[in-house]
Amino acid sequence: MINENEMKLEFLSKSNNEAFARITVAAFVASLDPTIEEISDIKTAVSEAVTNAIVHGYEDKLGLINLRCKIQDRKILIEISDNGKGIENIEMAKQPLYTSKPNLERSGMGFTIMESFMDELKVESVLGLGTKVTMSKVIKETQKNDEVTLEEALRG
Amino acid sequence: MEVRYYNQERLLLFKVTEEIDECKVKKIRRRADYEIERFMPKRVVFDFNSVSFMDSAGIGMVIGRYKQTTMLGGKFELTNLTDSVRKIFEMSGVLKLIPEVNLEEEFSGTQKEEVI
Repeated sequence: MINENEMKLEFLSKSNNEAFARITVAAFVASLDPTIEEISDIKTAVSEAVTNAIVHGYEDKLGLINLRCKIQDRKILIEISDNGKGIENIEMAKQPLYTSKPNLERSGMGFTIMESFMDELKVESVLGLGTKVTMSKVIKETQKNDEVTLEEALRG
Repeated sequence: MEVRYYNQERLLLFKVTEEIDECKVKKIRRRADYEIERFMPKRVVFDFNSVSFMDSAGIGMVIGRYKQTTMLGGKFELTNLTDSVRKIFEMSGVLKLIPEVNLEEEFSGTQKEEVI
């Protein structure tokens, strides 16, 4: 039997929702028993995508951000979309260190981090209509042996 | 964020305790710049030991404070990088620009330690 699950979230483009979004996704993925590193990678990628929607999509005006998550077997699919101003040149935006807002100490590493922390990244955007970021990652099956861990913990 | 100043060494230490993202970084930046200008330290060290999360907002924040500190004639360093923080700094080349130090080793015996 294939393991499947799905969830949908809609929230305002307020910057304190960056933490809300990534923590919610982390909790949703927890059922796959990810490692600390995998969880941290996913949280970072979600944080980058949501920050982009807030800072660039809506340019700090209020709008709605949609977040959809799907688990298919050991794969987590995350879709983050906004109805903001859209990206003029996606290829340029994805370049490491490129930023359209260099004045505010922005590093231009958002898409680079999403790309390298996740297995797949797709960016679709229509000027004036919005942007949709889709990414996925396979959570590796890890050997877990609680007895040994406990023994080791007691010995250590 | 906890701030400590060691007068003798003219060392300003920032222990970041919050998650570092676009939302939180504004406050950290404002506080750090204020303290750096107030103390004009010889050394500024950012401690990441208690940082449970950091995204790319941390890159700009650290490079910005590095620029400010060196402009005022001080040295800027990082310490206690967690695995996830190191991953982001390594990827962005921050560690080629800013040195990493071990303060516990440097100040062993002289530094005030909290006893549990």
